[in-house]
Amino acid sequence: MAKAKIALYWCASCGGCEEAIVDLAEKILDVVDKADIVFWPVALDFKKSDVENYPDKYIDVCFINGAIRFSEHEEMAKLLRRKSKMVIAFGSCSHLGGIPGLANLWNKETIFRYVYHEAPTVVNKEGIEPQEKVKEDGMELELPSFWNTVRALDQVIEVDYYIPGCAPTPKIIEDAINAIFTGQLPEKGSVLASQQALCAECPLNETKPEKITLTEIKRVHQIILDHEKCYLTQGVLCLGPVTRGGCDSLCIKGGMPCTGCFGPLDQTIDQGARAASFITSIIEYEDEELIEKVVNDIVDPIGWFYRYSLPKSILKRRNMEVKKK
Amino acid sequence: MEEVRIGIYICHCGKNIAGVINPKRIVEHLSRLPNVVVAKEYLYMCSSPGQSLIEEDIKEYNLNRIIVAACSPRMHEPTFQSALIRAGLNPYLLEMVNIREHATWVHERDPAETEQKVIGLIRAAVHRAINLYPLEVERLPVVKSVLVVGGGIAGIRASLDLAKAGYKVYLVEKNQSIGGKMAQLDKTFPTLDCSQCILTPMMVDVSNNPNIILQTYSVVEEINGRPGEFEVKVRQKARYVDWDACTGCGTCVEKCPARVPSEFDEGLGTRKAIYFDFPQAIPRRPVIDPDHCLYLIKGVCRVCEKFCPTGAIKFEDEDQFLTLKVGAIVVATGYQLYDMRKMYEYGYGKYRNVITGMQLERLSSANGPTSGRITTIEIERGKIKPGKEPETVAIILCAGSRDENHIKYCCRIGCMAGLKHAYYIAHALPNSKIIICYTDIRAFGKGFEEFYQRIRSLPNVFMVRGRPMEIFENKDGSLILDVFDSNTNRRLTINADLVVLETALVPPQGFEEFRKILKISCDPGGFGLELHPKLKPVETTVDGIYLAGFIQGPKDIPDTVAHAGAAAAAASAFLAKGYIESIPYLAHVDEDICSGCGVCVSVCPYDAITIEVTDGRRLAKVNSVKCKGCGACAAACPSGAMQQHYFTDKQILSEVSALAEGVVA
Ligand SMILES: Cc1cc2nc3c(=O)[nH]c(=O)nc-3n(C[C@H](O)[C@H](O)[C@H](O)COP(=O)(O)OP(=O)(O)OC[C@H]3O[C@@H](n4cnc5c(N)ncnc54)[C@H](O)[C@@H]3O)c2cc1C
Ligand code: SF4
Ligand code: SF4
Ligand code: SF4
Repeated sequence: MAKAKIALYWCASCGGCEEAIVDLAEKILDVVDKADIVFWPVALDFKKSDVENYPDKYIDVCFINGAIRFSEHEEMAKLLRRKSKMVIAFGSCSHLGGIPGLANLWNKETIFRYVYHEAPTVVNKEGIEPQEKVKEDGMELELPSFWNTVRALDQVIEVDYYIPGCAPTPKIIEDAINAIFTGQLPEKGSVLASQQALCAECPLNETKPEKITLTEIKRVHQIILDHEKCYLTQGVLCLGPVTRGGCDSLCIKGGMPCTGCFGPLDQTIDQGARAASFITSIIEYEDEELIEKVVNDIVDPIGWFYRYSLPKSILKRRNMEVKKK
Repeated sequence: MEEVRIGIYICHCGKNIAGVINPKRIVEHLSRLPNVVVAKEYLYMCSSPGQSLIEEDIKEYNLNRIIVAACSPRMHEPTFQSALIRAGLNPYLLEMVNIREHATWVHERDPAETEQKVIGLIRAAVHRAINLYPLEVERLPVVKSVLVVGGGIAGIRASLDLAKAGYKVYLVEKNQSIGGKMAQLDKTFPTLDCSQCILTPMMVDVSNNPNIILQTYSVVEEINGRPGEFEVKVRQKARYVDWDACTGCGTCVEKCPARVPSEFDEGLGTRKAIYFDFPQAIPRRPVIDPDHCLYLIKGVCRVCEKFCPTGAIKFEDEDQFLTLKVGAIVVATGYQLYDMRKMYEYGYGKYRNVITGMQLERLSSANGPTSGRITTIEIERGKIKPGKEPETVAIILCAGSRDENHIKYCCRIGCMAGLKHAYYIAHALPNSKIIICYTDIRAFGKGFEEFYQRIRSLPNVFMVRGRPMEIFENKDGSLILDVFDSNTNRRLTINADLVVLETALVPPQGFEEFRKILKISCDPGGFGLELHPKLKPVETTVDGIYLAGFIQGPKDIPDTVAHAGAAAAAASAFLAKGYIESIPYLAHVDEDICSGCGVCVSVCPYDAITIEVTDGRRLAKVNSVKCKGCGACAAACPSGAMQQHYFTDKQILSEVSALAEGVVA
C-alpha cells in the first residue's frame, strides 16, 4: 500500500499543539513509518508554493491547529481544504476558537489601540501601527489583514473530524491516528474523544455527596484544595460536568479543576451557557443575599465559562456598536 | 419516519383576538410554512363546532399534528387534547399558541406589529410541532384514605365530609384538642349564634366517626411518595399520659398544683401543667406540659400519678413516630394573630388594658377566665386579675392590617368582629360607651350590611373614621387615644378604660416550614397558594394536596366551611376512580451520555433522581413516580443527557430558532 500523505499546519495558535505532536516522541516515528509528511512548516522546509503545486485532493489527511485570526489563515485553510481528502481540526483553537477567541470581546480597533498604544509596556511615541501595505526602499511589502472576529476552522472551511484539547493529550492523538489509519472512524463531523462528560472518567466523581450545593465559589489560589475530594464540591468551578471527557483527567490528576478545553458534548450548542446554567442551578438558593454573594464570587464569567468556545457560542462575539438613543 | 402533516386553527375568541388582528390574513401566511397541510380560522375554536372542525380535518387530511392558536393552554389545552383523542390522535401531538394573552390583549394598540408577532409565534409552534412525538400516560393506583392537617372548623368539616364519602381520614392536629380558633369565640357574626353550641356537636361527631382517626398533639414531619400514595411521617409529641388507659375523669387536672397562663384563654386565665386545652376538649384526654410540670423540671411532685385512678400517667413517655399512607392531603392549618407588640404605638404587651379581639372573645365567653364578665385588666403581684367594668371601650379596626409597615392585605374579619365586639360590650354593659375607630367598614358578606346597620344604630356605639396614631397610658391603667376623625375633620382625644385591637391575621406559626414539606407555593402574604384564583380555589400546584379554610387566605366561618367542603369534594374526586393518570412529561436520562456528575440530583426539588452505580459507572436514574416534570434537572444537566418529554432541547431550540429566524443552528 502506498504511504498516506499527511500535512500539518498552524493558524492562530500558541505552538502548544505542534509541541503535542513532537511530544509523541518515538510514536511519531510509527506515523512516519505509515505516512509521508508532505507539508509541516514548523518542522520541515516546505513552502506554500509546494502545496499550490500539489494536485487537488493530493493530501490524504491534513491536521490544522489554531484559530482563524488573519486573512492568511483563511487563505491557507481554503488552500489546504482544496488539496486534502480529509481535514482535521486539531486542538481547541481550531475546534472552537480557543483562547484567541476571547478577543471577540473586542475588535481590531480596540485591540490595536491597547496593544500598540495603551499597554503599560509599550513605548511608541510615533504611534506606529502595523499596516497591510508598506513601501520600503521602493519595495512594497504586504501583511495579512487582521480580522475583527476570530473564527473556528469550521467557520471558514468544511471540517471532517475534530481532535479536541488545549493541547490534545497524547492518548487522544494516538487514538485518533490509529482510527484514521485503520479506517475505524465514526460518522463525519465527530469529535474524536469521549461521548461523555469528564466526570464520567474523573477519579473524584465517586466522592461527590448526594447533593452539591455551592455556598461560596473560590478560585484555585483562594483555597487549599483537598485532592481526594471532587473540586466542584469544594466550591471551585470545575467544568468537568459540562466538558467532553477523554483527556484522562490530566488536569484533575495534576491537582487543578477542569477548565473546559475539550469543549461541549454533541448535545450542547453553547458550552458557556450550559456551564453558567448548571453552576447557577446548584447555588444555595434559600437566601437572596447569599445568592448574590455567590454569583459575585464568579470573577470574569465569560473568561471562565467560554474560555475556549466563544467564537462557536450562540453569541459568537460582543457587539461593538454602541447604540445611541 | 411518518410524514408530518400539520393543521393550524386560529381562534377569533370573539373580539378578543379578531378585534385586533385579522385571522383570515394570517391564515394566508401560514400555508407557506413547512409541513402545513391546512390552516383555518373560526369564531370560537373551543365551542362544539370548533372542536368538530379539528376532528373532521384530522380524518379528512390525515393530519398528525394540530396547532391551535387561541388562548392560554392553562385554559383550553385539555379541551383540544380531548378533540385529538376523539379523532384517534395522541393528545400530546397538540401544540397551543397563546395569541390572546401573549399578543392581542397586550398589544391592542398596534395591530400591524401584533400580526407579525402572531405569525412569529405560530411559525415557532410549527417547528416545535414537527419535533413532537406521542406520549403515553400510565395508570397508577391510589390509597383511599386522606390526611387532614389541622383540626379547626375547616379540618373538622373536611374530615366529616370525606368520612361520609367512605374514605378513611387521619385528622392530625398539633394541639391537645381539635376545635381551632372557632372554639375560642363567644358568638359568631353576623347571626350571633353561640360558637361553642354549633362547633362542639361537630367535634363530637368527629370523635364518634369510625372512619376518622383522630391524631391530636401531633405534627407532620415528612411527606414522601406521590399523589395518590403519599407516605406521611407524623410525630406524636410525648403526652406523658397513656390515652388508652385514661378515662378522661380530670382528677389529675384538678389536683395538679402547677399553674400556667392558658393559651386557650389568650393568657388571661391559667391552666394546669397537666391539662385539656379547654373543658369541652375532644379528645378528652389530657397531656402534660413538660416545660411546666414540677416533676419533669424539678423532679418533685407526681401528684397526678398518685391520684389517677387508672394508673395512666407515664412520665417516661417519649415522642412517637407513625407512618400514614394516604392518597390525598387536605391542609387546614388556619391562621394566627399578628404579633401586636410590633405596633409599638399601640402599647400592646406594655399597657395592660390594650387587648386583642381574641382576648375579648375569651372575656366574653361563659367558659372564659371571667366566666363571661367583661372587665378591665389588673395586675397583682405579676398575676393577671379581672378589674372593674369598663365605662368606655375603644375598638380599633385594621390594627396592623392594610398597613405598608405591617400586613398589607385586609384580614376580612376585623370589621365584622369589631362590630360584634361592640355588641358584646353594649349588651353586657348597657351603660358603657363604645367607640369604633375604623378605616372603612367592609360589610361584603351575606347579612353583613344589615349587621353593621344594626350595631351602628345602638345608642351607645360611636363611629370614628380614623386609625389612632398613638395610645398613651394613664397611671390608673386607663388609656388616651390620639386620632384624627376624617368624617368631621377633627383631631380627637379619646379616653378609654379598655382598648380592643382587631388584629391583622397571618399564616400560623411554622407554616413556612410545613409548606416546604408539602412543596406547595405561597402568596405574598405567606398563605398557601391555590392553583387558580378563580377556577381552582382549593387545588395547589401539587396534585392530591388541597387547601381548606383560612390557610388559603382570610375567611370567616361560612366561607371557611364552604371552602373546606370544596376541598373535601376535590380530594374525593381525585381518589374516586381508584387510579390516577401519570403526567407524561417526565424527565428521562440518556444513559450513553450521562456522566454521573450528580447535578440533576442536586436540583430536583422532589428528590426524584438518584445516582446509581452499575458496573462501576455512575448513572442518574429518574423515579418516574416521584418526578413531577418540573424540568429543573433538564435545564441544569451540563451534558444534555437529561431530557424532559414534551420539552426536549430539540423541541425548545427548534422553536426558539424559528422565532429568531435561523439565528441558532
Ligand atoms: C377575634 C376573631 C373573631 C372572629 N369572629 C368570627 C365570627 O364571629 N364569625 C366568623 O364567621 N368568623 C370569625 N372569625 C374567623 C374564624 O376564626 C375563622 O374563619 C375560622 O376559625 C377559620 O377556621 P380554620 O379551621 O380555617 O382555622 P383555625 O380555626 O385556625 O384552625 C386551624 C387548626 O389547625 C391547627 N394547626 C395549625 N398548624 C398546624 C400544623 N402544622 N399541624 C397540625 N395542626 C395545625 C391549629 O392548632 C388549629 O386547630 C373570627 C376571628 C377572630 C380573630
Ligand atoms: S466536577 Fe470536576 S472534580 Fe468533580 S467529578 Fe467532575 S470533573 Fe471531577
Ligand atoms: S446532570 Fe446529566 S450528566 Fe449529570 S448525572 Fe444528571 S443526567 Fe447525568
Ligand atoms: S423534571 Fe427532573 S427535577 Fe423536575 S421533578 Fe422530574 S426529575 Fe425532578
